[in-house]
Amino acid sequence: MTKFTINGQAAESAAAPETPLLWVIRDDLGLTGTKYGCGVAQCGACTVHVDGRAVRSCTTAVGDVEGAEITTIEGLSNGGDHPLQRAWVAEQVPQCGYCQSGQIMQAADLLSNNPSPSRDEIRGAMAGNICRCGTYPRIVRAIERAAKEG
Amino acid sequence: MTEHDTRLSVSRRGFLAGATGLTLSFALPLPTGRAEAQGGMTTVNAFIAISPDGAIRIFAPAAEMGQGVQTGVPLIIAEEMDADWNDVVVETAPVDPALNNPIFGGQYTVASLTTKGYWTPARMAGAAARRVLMEAAAKEWGVDVSELSTGPSTVTGPGGRSATYGEIAAFAEPPETMPEIAPEELKPASEYRLLGNSRMRVDVAEKSDGRAKYGIDAAPLPNMVYATVVRAPAEGQSPASFNGDALKAMPGITDVVALPYGVAVVGESMPQVFDARRTLEAEWEGTPPGASIDSDADKDEYLSHLRGGREPDVVYSQQGDAKAALGNADRVVTGEYLSEYAYHAQMEPVNCTADVRADGADIWVGTQWQTMSQNKVTGITGLDPASIRVHQQYLGGGYGRRAHTEYVDDAVRLSHQLGRPVKMVLSREDDVASARMRPLTAQRIEMGLDPGGRITALRHVVACEPVAPYMYGQERWESGDKKDIISMRGSHLPHYDIPDQIAEQIFEMKGARTAAWRGIGEGYTKFALETMVDRVARDQGIDPIAYRLSMTSNPRVRAVLERVREMSDWSNLAEGRGKGVAFSEYGDSLAAAVAEVSVGEDGAIRVHNIWTVADPGLPLNPDAVEAQLEGAMLFGTSAALKEQMTVKDGAVQQSNYYDYPVLRMDETPEIAVAVIRGSDTPTEVGELGMPLPAPAIANAVRALNGAQLTHLPMTPERVKAAMQG
Repeated sequence: MTKFTINGQAAESAAAPETPLLWVIRDDLGLTGTKYGCGVAQCGACTVHVDGRAVRSCTTAVGDVEGAEITTIEGLSNGGDHPLQRAWVAEQVPQCGYCQSGQIMQAADLLSNNPSPSRDEIRGAMAGNICRCGTYPRIVRAIERAAKEG
Repeated sequence: MTEHDTRLSVSRRGFLAGATGLTLSFALPLPTGRAEAQGGMTTVNAFIAISPDGAIRIFAPAAEMGQGVQTGVPLIIAEEMDADWNDVVVETAPVDPALNNPIFGGQYTVASLTTKGYWTPARMAGAAARRVLMEAAAKEWGVDVSELSTGPSTVTGPGGRSATYGEIAAFAEPPETMPEIAPEELKPASEYRLLGNSRMRVDVAEKSDGRAKYGIDAAPLPNMVYATVVRAPAEGQSPASFNGDALKAMPGITDVVALPYGVAVVGESMPQVFDARRTLEAEWEGTPPGASIDSDADKDEYLSHLRGGREPDVVYSQQGDAKAALGNADRVVTGEYLSEYAYHAQMEPVNCTADVRADGADIWVGTQWQTMSQNKVTGITGLDPASIRVHQQYLGGGYGRRAHTEYVDDAVRLSHQLGRPVKMVLSREDDVASARMRPLTAQRIEMGLDPGGRITALRHVVACEPVAPYMYGQERWESGDKKDIISMRGSHLPHYDIPDQIAEQIFEMKGARTAAWRGIGEGYTKFALETMVDRVARDQGIDPIAYRLSMTSNPRVRAVLERVREMSDWSNLAEGRGKGVAFSEYGDSLAAAVAEVSVGEDGAIRVHNIWTVADPGLPLNPDAVEAQLEGAMLFGTSAALKEQMTVKDGAVQQSNYYDYPVLRMDETPEIAVAVIRGSDTPTEVGELGMPLPAPAIANAVRALNGAQLTHLPMTPERVKAAMQG
């Protein structure tokens, strides 16, 4: 049994320790905002925060988050009012939207470490998150807006 | 636009009033050329429900995959209804023939034809709803309907009387017959309050906080199992043997099922199923044509066919007598082009959740073809369509991939056979291995020039596998004219004044799993044509935009070219960078782009900027149009520079994003888009940008260093070879 907290709530998982955290979050805890894209940390759709840092939940074993604090897109804010989420709406970023939870969680990690990133720093920090619809220009604008408006 | 009969029919499915307010159902007969060809009248309904509290529910009939139709079609209805957009609640519509797109006779979201197809029925539904509300108010107030007018969600009458739509819905009696709306009674574009102004899309907020539900997010059902399907490497093969007993001994695995085309691994959780799938060992039997595909060798074969080895199988389009005109031309310029197989690489692997019972079935799926999804359930189970509910979810990328519905087959077969609900999800690796690809192509173009250097004749031959038989079945293909719009689209140049043109196809019947892929044929046909046009211009020392302008008298074409020339500061070149232009139509829409590039010593192309100008007729929601153009520029740039799928002995050689790389943010150029309102009718948007990046980038490279790029994708190795050659 692995015990951890998720979005501020105590949780536990009986899954085998090597089970990817992604599937525990999605199928056992029912938090489906975190997405399966590639299973091998190539696309970033499964990004969540573990103890405040962005990680790929598809390659994180549930056994390795014992005692950790996990945050998913559902727990990033109350009612979608995180500065990044407000900026995402203002810039009308998502198209199909499937990658966007991971993009926002990655961007939140970036801003927590670097509150005023340059455009090149944004591009570098976000290069691990694929968006097939091509919303990258709006993601950049939204991160810049969130950095400015806070 | 086809000539729709836009008169509202009096036949109606029902007009219900009660405590919950008015539900308006409209039947609109819309005979179109295509509908008649498919066997008679197409009926389209739009559903609107108005509650006494003022909420106006509008049911969106098409698949929302990021292109904005969940907002766009309801906006059209709300505009004609004179609804306050703040009162509108958009809901996803069920499968219902009354909601068919009249162009297709089905709920089928492809070819950028959703807005165009629903344009007239949506306006008619909105206008009829407005009329019903006005007539109800007129009756209640004892005045003539001609004395009434509407404002946002309000009917206003003489003496300052007014009532909101919600208030009217509370007392309105359904009329005996539905009002008839004549086309000239529709709201003129000059009076639009909603259409043509940028507006927030209804799906954006829930896609920014994790609430949006995709197919893969279908909630667990009692007794549900998880499954994945491993398809035979080639279409037409079937499993001969596999280590099912070994897999069933693994934790959580409940079944390993032979399907006619593959093997399903079934178990208690997704990770257990994927774990077991990795240890599957299967032997396949059957030697369909697809089992011998070799993409490297096939390219040479296609080229040899183009060089005289085979006569074309079909004339796809022609005007004048191109072959005679080429014989009479002052000189003829010839070019050969290649493009590789491409994979959709949509972020959400295909999936479906099915609950097949004796008395009915439910499926949860994000699909571009809701109607076919329902038909498939009936086909597999024999259930009455009325007992089948298709719960359409958001699509985690469509691009043509979800115009196929074989993932529905998988889930429905398994649920039917196992007698319990099944959530079927492909692993990324299996999504790649069973990819429905944009076909491999070889193209040959001959352009005949007059003594003044104008192109007067064009012959374009495309050698590739037609996609229609794979999409719609061999039977329908054999009975048709074999003009495959999917693989041949864009193979002519309708907007340059070239009097004699012919486009022909050589059928390469390889048995590949092909598909509609965003932009379809235009992704490679316009690459070939627009680089040829550029070559003809530059070889004469003529500016490529000036040359294109000299080839057209169409003011809308001229407008996009002139605007993109201005936007891109065309003649101002930075050190070490080149600019290239491309123009293309997509249906009735027009667009042009300029790309600015540099090339590294290793041959790697870096795209720094792309400027795009689009004329989609009437842009319903201009910001959403801009977003589609931005996305198409990047999707097209990714395809132009990076994407290729190779096939050996019938099997796809790639596995995941690490060996099928797509464009990432650190490779993304700056994108600027301008949208021109060119008419009062909305036309194609979703794929409008797709033809442009490849030729614009190739033309920019040639302008920079003279390298003639003729092979997609334009990888560093190919660029380097072209620079040396």
